[in-house]
Amino acid sequence: MKFLGEKGVRRVLAGIAFSAISALLLIALFIIKEGLPFIISYGPIKFLLSSDWQPQAGKFGIWPMIVASVWVTLGAMLVGAPLGVACAVFLTEFVPRRVMGVIKPTIELLAGIPSVVYGFMGVMVLAPLIRSQLGGPGLSVLAGAVILGVMILPTIISISIDSIQSVPNSYREGSLALGATHWQTTYMVTVPAAKSGIIAAIILGMGRAIGETMAVIMVAGNAVKIPISALDSVRTLTANIALEMGYATGQHRQALFATGVVLLVIIMILNSLAGMSIRKKAGKR
Amino acid sequence: MRMPPKYTQLAAQLVMGLATLATLAILVFIILFVLEKGLPVVGLKFLLSNPQDMGKAGGIFPVVVGTILLTLVAIAIATPLGVGTAIYLTEYTRESRITRVIRFGADCLAGIPSIIFGLFGFIFFVTILQMGWSILSGGLTLAFMILPTIIRTSEEAIKSVPDSFREVSFSLGATRWETVQKVVLPSALPGIVTGVMLGVGRSIGETAAVIFTAGSSLRMPTSLMDSARTMSVHFYILAREGISTENAYGTAAILVITILLINLTAYGLMNRFVAKNN
Amino acid sequence: MMSNPIKISAKDLKAFYGPEQLLMSLNIDIPDRQILGIIGPAGSGKTTFLRSLNRLNDLIPDFRIEGSITLDGQDIYHPKFDVVALRKRVGMLFALPVPLPKSIYENIIYGPRLSGVGDRKKLDQLVESSLRSAFIWDEVKNRLNSPAMRLSGGQQQRLCLARILALEPEVILLDEPCSGLDPISTAKIEEALTILKEKYTIILVTNNTKQAARVADRTAFFLMGSLVEYGPTGELFTVPQDKRTSDYITGRFG
Repeated sequence: MKFLGEKGVRRVLAGIAFSAISALLLIALFIIKEGLPFIISYGPIKFLLSSDWQPQAGKFGIWPMIVASVWVTLGAMLVGAPLGVACAVFLTEFVPRRVMGVIKPTIELLAGIPSVVYGFMGVMVLAPLIRSQLGGPGLSVLAGAVILGVMILPTIISISIDSIQSVPNSYREGSLALGATHWQTTYMVTVPAAKSGIIAAIILGMGRAIGETMAVIMVAGNAVKIPISALDSVRTLTANIALEMGYATGQHRQALFATGVVLLVIIMILNSLAGMSIRKKAGKR
Repeated sequence: MRMPPKYTQLAAQLVMGLATLATLAILVFIILFVLEKGLPVVGLKFLLSNPQDMGKAGGIFPVVVGTILLTLVAIAIATPLGVGTAIYLTEYTRESRITRVIRFGADCLAGIPSIIFGLFGFIFFVTILQMGWSILSGGLTLAFMILPTIIRTSEEAIKSVPDSFREVSFSLGATRWETVQKVVLPSALPGIVTGVMLGVGRSIGETAAVIFTAGSSLRMPTSLMDSARTMSVHFYILAREGISTENAYGTAAILVITILLINLTAYGLMNRFVAKNN
Repeated sequence: MMSNPIKISAKDLKAFYGPEQLLMSLNIDIPDRQILGIIGPAGSGKTTFLRSLNRLNDLIPDFRIEGSITLDGQDIYHPKFDVVALRKRVGMLFALPVPLPKSIYENIIYGPRLSGVGDRKKLDQLVESSLRSAFIWDEVKNRLNSPAMRLSGGQQQRLCLARILALEPEVILLDEPCSGLDPISTAKIEEALTILKEKYTIILVTNNTKQAARVADRTAFFLMGSLVEYGPTGELFTVPQDKRTSDYITGRFG
């Protein structure tokens, strides 16, 4: 790039940066541009809170999908958060460094397993188990929650471990010197000090769970109805987009973009919360 | 009714130990299950022969080729864009409100569900730009999807190069670009490569964003404008439509092995990078 | 001693970092081919002054300079003045040795390569002569291709000195170059400097007043951004004109 000269290089790099950023902006704006007018013309309340989703009849209420996404995600958090945080605390505080040095990378490697593989495991192993032991169709809120809960474990564990490790050792030593046991130190000093990082880990895991598509399509059953029990089949917001996108046209397609807008807003809120949590921690130091 | 602290500690350790064990057991179980069912199917013949009867029989050669092509397109687009953006943000601008806004934007987009990228790619590339279901549409969509990750990891890698290197280079009469080229980038390279490798892993594992943009043709692609099917999509279709459980497991095994190898390499590079910098 | 021509001259030099003023209207003439020692307590502006001479302070956001510095009569802060060329004429050795993460050989040729020297023979010669001048050739001649990071601290600093000599500069700035070194390495650097001054103008910022007394031809005493006293080293250390100077060199403060 010598022929460009310093100013030329700077201009080229600025061009690259701005095209990258505007490409990313384009996506967000495109989704909003396609979806928002529909929400407004159809009526936000009717769109969000009506339970009637019949695209052929021009009825687009996504309330059942919102409820489904919330249930599946909360269920996933019930599975993933306690397991993940307990795992992270145990690995950082009660296991020799060397062992942890092997286990943490292993868990992070598992973060790369494609979601379809998790979904497939749900179909082959979990759903039949639920059907035979608990009844119902098997493909259900419960199956979705468990599979997503497992899927987000690596995310939660790895970020939690990082934040617990970043607690200065002097905190622990101070507490131990005052006669606290190792466990008392952990839950009264170390974990509270790492709290904001752990919360950020959980929120990011939540974002992954709510955004997951293929695994959920495979295990949650996809019926458009408000679930009454954890064994009911449901369709999440993401599944709704993926299942109908291939053939949707006109208003129907706009309604799917509108569903995308709702998802986008939820993710933005979750990300801002996670960001705030991390910044709070940075500010305290 | 308080338990003595010693017993509380034992109880807590036991509960957490079990949780850890359960977590590891589940994750390891998934891998072993897939490998155990899939590996018997896998072989050179499975990898290198054409599928027959919608994938019910035969191998997955076009799918392997499709996966590689799609990933290459995605990486070829996202890497220069991402690394260039990272260089610009770290070396050519001062920390300001604008860089913070850009960073926040990249963070937000990193969390966007892949199905949204799929929706965007399907309408924008496939329909509006009339690129159809093609490797190019799919590759572009994936490139957008992994761009935020590559920007962030490259930025971190570049920032971790000590400032004293830059000062020395300047004091020896280097220009900014010479400094970036000869000192900063070589030092940051392992970190940047790690980010790109993670992007490769995500591209290979992605289904939602690919199935609507690259389509799912089982024919051997002959140009970038051809539709192609990646391993993840193939596996999804085989499994969901119940075409062949056996071949689904085989594909899953290859998928899992590939991604584990890629992540392992990325992780190894990262470790060497961290060790070198300390 | 002042018979040598003036190489660098600062007139009414002021430096600011944001609202803070770091240098208070400094005037100093620095003669060619001598060693100027700059002493003074921490925060007295020694390093700021030094880094202004090769415009390294330009890299710091919110840093700003007023007044003028001339090199051979040319204003180095003139908008048309080539900064990159300036830094090749004015080399700088930092407090801590910073070898680039490359081999010993590559470290030395980093500067010459940038100036377009590509001939292998010329580079080889340059490497040998600069390493010799920095008194390190015998220690590294058999491992020129091993990483520079593997050298000891004292060797690294001499390598960094050699790296500057390979630029064939006119002026060498040294910013407390021996602060992290053992006495033996320090002695080697000082020995090199007394020989190098026959070819180069050397400006040595040091926390160690004895070092200035040992090697400097002229010494300047800085305090709180001002030049308090400036004269031949012998005079400044034996009959200081200013009370603050005598307080400092006798160790009463700083």
